[in-house]
Amino acid sequence: MSAELQIAAKVVELVRALAGRSAEAEVTVRHHALALTRFANSAIHQNVAEASTGVRLRLHLDGRTAAGSTTLTGADGLRSLVERTIAAARVTPPDPAWAGLTRPAPLHVSANHPGSGEQSGLAFGFDEATARATPAERAERVRAFVDAAGGLETAGYCRTAYISAAFANTAGQAVTGRTAEAAMDGIARAGGADGVARLATSRLAGLDGAVLGARAAAKARAGAEPVELPPGRYEVVLEPTAVADLLHNFAVFGFNGKAYAQKQSFAELGTAQFDPSVTIVDEPLGSRGEPAAGLPFDDEGTPRRSLVLVREGVTRAVTHDRTSAAQVGAESTGHAAPGSRSWGPCPAHLRLEAAPLAAGGSDGGPPMIEASARPLVARMRRGLLVTDLWYTRVLDPKTLVVTGLTRNGVWLVEDGEVTGPVGNLRFTQSYPQALGPGRVLGIGGESVLLPDSWADSRYAAPALHLASWNITGNASG
Amino acid sequence: MSHFDEAGAAVQAALDAGARYADARVMVCRTESMTARDGAVEDLGSDESAGLGVRALVGSSWGFYAVPDLAEPSARAAGRRAAQIAAASAQVAGPPAELVPAAPVVASWASDCVIDPLSVPLADKGDLLVRATAAAKEAGADLAQANYAIWDTHKWFVSSEGHRIDQHIRECGGGVTAHAIGDGEVQRRSLPGQYGTRGWELIDELDLVGNAPRLAEEARALLTAPLCPAGETTLILGGSQLALQIHESVGHAIELDRILGWEAAFAGTSWLDLSRLGTLRYGSDLMNITIDPTFPGALGSFGFDDEGTPAAKRHAVRDGIWVGVLAGRDSAAVAGLDYAGSVRSDGWARLPMVRMTNVGLEPGPHTLDEIIAATDDGVFMDVNRSWSIDDRRLNFQFGCEIGFEIKNGKRGRMLRNPTYTGIGPRFWQSMDMLSSETVAWGTPNCGKGQPGQVGHTGHPAAPARFTDVRVGVRG
Repeated sequence: MSAELQIAAKVVELVRALAGRSAEAEVTVRHHALALTRFANSAIHQNVAEASTGVRLRLHLDGRTAAGSTTLTGADGLRSLVERTIAAARVTPPDPAWAGLTRPAPLHVSANHPGSGEQSGLAFGFDEATARATPAERAERVRAFVDAAGGLETAGYCRTAYISAAFANTAGQAVTGRTAEAAMDGIARAGGADGVARLATSRLAGLDGAVLGARAAAKARAGAEPVELPPGRYEVVLEPTAVADLLHNFAVFGFNGKAYAQKQSFAELGTAQFDPSVTIVDEPLGSRGEPAAGLPFDDEGTPRRSLVLVREGVTRAVTHDRTSAAQVGAESTGHAAPGSRSWGPCPAHLRLEAAPLAAGGSDGGPPMIEASARPLVARMRRGLLVTDLWYTRVLDPKTLVVTGLTRNGVWLVEDGEVTGPVGNLRFTQSYPQALGPGRVLGIGGESVLLPDSWADSRYAAPALHLASWNITGNASG
Repeated sequence: MSHFDEAGAAVQAALDAGARYADARVMVCRTESMTARDGAVEDLGSDESAGLGVRALVGSSWGFYAVPDLAEPSARAAGRRAAQIAAASAQVAGPPAELVPAAPVVASWASDCVIDPLSVPLADKGDLLVRATAAAKEAGADLAQANYAIWDTHKWFVSSEGHRIDQHIRECGGGVTAHAIGDGEVQRRSLPGQYGTRGWELIDELDLVGNAPRLAEEARALLTAPLCPAGETTLILGGSQLALQIHESVGHAIELDRILGWEAAFAGTSWLDLSRLGTLRYGSDLMNITIDPTFPGALGSFGFDDEGTPAAKRHAVRDGIWVGVLAGRDSAAVAGLDYAGSVRSDGWARLPMVRMTNVGLEPGPHTLDEIIAATDDGVFMDVNRSWSIDDRRLNFQFGCEIGFEIKNGKRGRMLRNPTYTGIGPRFWQSMDMLSSETVAWGTPNCGKGQPGQVGHTGHPAAPARFTDVRVGVRG
């Protein structure tokens, strides 16, 4: 039994002892070790690490629900957690939306699972070397990134993270899992232009700082002295770094089961809302040789599995925890998280499927273009190549109209050739509309794994060629 | 119970391991939050966290390590580990790191609090949120939500220069929101979520139940209100929205770490150039922005920042001229400045960094009614709905929950989906009327840094008028 499962079991015992057999309780114990080496002005300026274990208890007692958490994992800390959560549950108003506990159910992992065993070469996607990475190993990659930028000013981070977790509830569900992750994200700067390269992986060994640094530098060098373009609707090729932002906003506002239940999401199940070339899958367990990115269970102990959200343009599913599922008469999809009852359950490992028949990329071509995006750029008559989207915010959740800016490199493309850099642009665009039927002109042949800046989420994104993107401003206003 | 000894042990261990400077913070934090929806409690959480974070400077490189275990052996190990991490940083070292001088401080500080928010019975708090959301539903909201959040933080800070400071900071706030769902769109009206370094008295003053019916009625009315027209016009912003405008287009721009490029990859940089500090025109003569962590009850208030610098008020913009920055001891030294005082972290596990305290606009001579009466043709907007600004903090676009047309000095029709956009300094230079009706608005969700940190900032602000602003941008 793992240390985390021992703690979870102890909390369940305490609940039974202090609140009686009728209490329903679920306990998540998560040990999280995070280390991040941050660089700016081409030097490491912040280098941090932390290791902590958090215990979260949710309790349903006499029709009332309360939750609590602690980082104090000694006997006194756990007892205090249970006592104050019981006290809170006893005085809160009744909870008519309580959806009960997850019954004992096995995890969807096996030796044959894509995210585990022989296919990935890792034990459920877990790489011990990444979990135990040293500050020196992260610094080596930073050194390589800086050197590869060839004297340009650089900034970014290299991080490693390790999670070992357990879940137990009073219904008898008891599961454990662990994951490791590494990511690197950096920019190079030349003459006021920035270029970016980023990558997520489950193995630190898979991060090559030199490759990323060279890519960022190529973009920065090609971005100097940009011109301003007037607002209007432009054809675009979005590189994977930009497409990840689309997936993020779809995840948080569109496929969120609570937003769907409250009629605040664009999602209409069974409706062809996207171009037929679009298929979007949530893959917490990894796939195709990619190690698992997430734990194999959620915060309600529900086993996770792949979930097809959009298949060939038709919206098929949204993500649920037990509460949102009960509201619409569905089953939990394993997306419970702290706060999902309030904010709603969101997918955290979205993949936009790459084009099955497209070439993986071309060897030649301008170095500032992501290789798999080059065939898409070559087909564009007049439009924009966009590297990254920045500070995107939703104007209307129902239509998912988003405003934001481009960042880290935009170029004008004419007759399939990059003709020059363009200054950053503001856009105001409905994301579902941009990917609607007939509007997706091409999808890249390779999905790139990209990290999220804030959460444990990651996105598998190919480049996208879209018929229209609504530019509403430029540097002049 | 004091935790100076554990912090001191971590600092000493870092020094023993080769650090030339070290500091450590022990933090014990309790938070409580509740949400209600449509007349029922939806979520109640009560969290407790304790730990120690230690920062070590070895040569010109920093290292930081944090542990949840407050026993002295663990604290010492954390100090050693921080020094080791700093040594690894030297593989890609920068220029020499120095700190602006600081006299050692031995002190205690606690925020003012009339009603301890954690002592208010949970049943009463739940009843308040349930009644507020029920009132909104009864008044026509399709969906009503209410929430509160409480943060109770004890800190013990020790530095190798002799600082020993303990602080007890209590913060809370909340709000209520009514949604109306129409054909293909959702409208919402909220009591601007208000937060402060105050006790439960802040929640009482918000009158969540009393305001809920009005919010529901306004949300329904928005569904059929005309769209905000598109074009350039005179814009009057309510205080709540102006607080967000200050936060995004001034507060972040004057962060010295951004100006120095330390946040370039993620949060971005700033359009401000240090060589123009003291001469650059940021806004009109009416623009006076202060950095004031001593502002009573505002969400960015404290006694000492997380480097031990005492709270002090200073100008960031005086009569429209840029004169000051938010700084830490190391960034100030790089910039050649002689002050710090704006460094905080969001918990024991995170590295302190340059953060807004209370960045506010000093009041003007008018009232909002006078500003409206003096406007022939324009739009009034208030309460933020969406916010976006570029990585240099110049090109912004904000959406508000509600707008009203202003015609011939009077408030006219309600307007749906109001947005406005502009370029920071051009916008601030167009400010030509400013109200005296200041409120210290709180922002409890300011994101910055990697690993990400959530900062609490305060923004004293009053309604103001701006000319020739582009409004009505749509997708």
